[in-house]
Amino acid sequence: MTILDGNALAGDLTEALGPDPTTARLRCAGCGSSDALGVARVHRSAMGSVARCSGCGTVLVTVVLVGSRRLVGLPGVRAVTL
Amino acid sequence: MSGLEARVGTVAPPASRRRPAWHDATVAAVRAETPTARRIILDVPTWPGNDAGQHLDLRLTAEDGYQATRSYSIASSGSGTRVTLAVDRVDDGEVSPFLVDAVEVGDALEVHGPLGGWFVWHPETSSSSASRPVQLIAGGSGIVPLVAMVSAHAEAADPAPFRLLYAVRTPEDVFFRSELADAANAPAPLEVTIVYSRRAPDGSPVPVGRLTRDTLGAAVLPPDAGALVYVCGSTPFVEQVLRWLGELGHDTVEVRAERFGGNG
Repeated sequence: MTILDGNALAGDLTEALGPDPTTARLRCAGCGSSDALGVARVHRSAMGSVARCSGCGTVLVTVVLVGSRRLVGLPGVRAVTL
Repeated sequence: MSGLEARVGTVAPPASRRRPAWHDATVAAVRAETPTARRIILDVPTWPGNDAGQHLDLRLTAEDGYQATRSYSIASSGSGTRVTLAVDRVDDGEVSPFLVDAVEVGDALEVHGPLGGWFVWHPETSSSSASRPVQLIAGGSGIVPLVAMVSAHAEAADPAPFRLLYAVRTPEDVFFRSELADAANAPAPLEVTIVYSRRAPDGSPVPVGRLTRDTLGAAVLPPDAGALVYVCGSTPFVEQVLRWLGELGHDTVEVRAERFGGNG
């Protein structure tokens, strides 16, 4: 498991969140904060990545790699501001 | 396409218009950067250009179809189609040993980019806006995206005061030595402090040893300077620096950090 930050998800999320996902602001369903994806804490393993809110730890984004496909979830995101 | 888009099409696209895409790349040049790292210059004919601090995802495909993708910061910026990387070897990694030890001029790779608009710096475009000072803090190969910023600052003769604090093990581990020296001699204001943890060159003003909170505090712009702060390095390095910056009174919410992990 490698701990990174939201900058590491730029390539994976470009198709889901627009050409610049690292500046997309994600409103956390846990604490209500709204920060750029770039500051989220990212846990990465061979299976994919999980981005957690840097304030409260709520899981904001999941990226699961299945072969050449990516399954993107936003379980803890109330809104995305692009 | 609308008429408006057709008219602006000849102008270099701003960051927001440089949509990331997969591009075919060819290795144009390689050279040893440090004993464990290699500089790789890619020729990417369809590259739309990139801002200082952006990165790309590089994909290798083995003969059996197995693919591995890793993110690498870009040491160059601007509208050109040559892209400079510097890759440090992660000994048990899948991709970096190939890039450091095996890749040769003429090899074909795939890159996805330019990526990231958070960890970027732009030269001032309007002479009326105040030049915000910039503090750069790098650990090891974390210098790569910061060298792009230093070079962009020098090339633009941007008046913003820049400071770079660079933590390395030994003098041989310094990346982009001549680029940093050139930038320090350019008219754009830049102060470079290198902290050597294991061995320093003769006459180094900072004592040999790991970066400490005191060394950090002495080298960086004070909290009231209102600097844009960029930190790049391994995850433990970045976490430690952010903790110390907070203890020294910096607003760490404003700091732009980029961490890299060890799965190279």
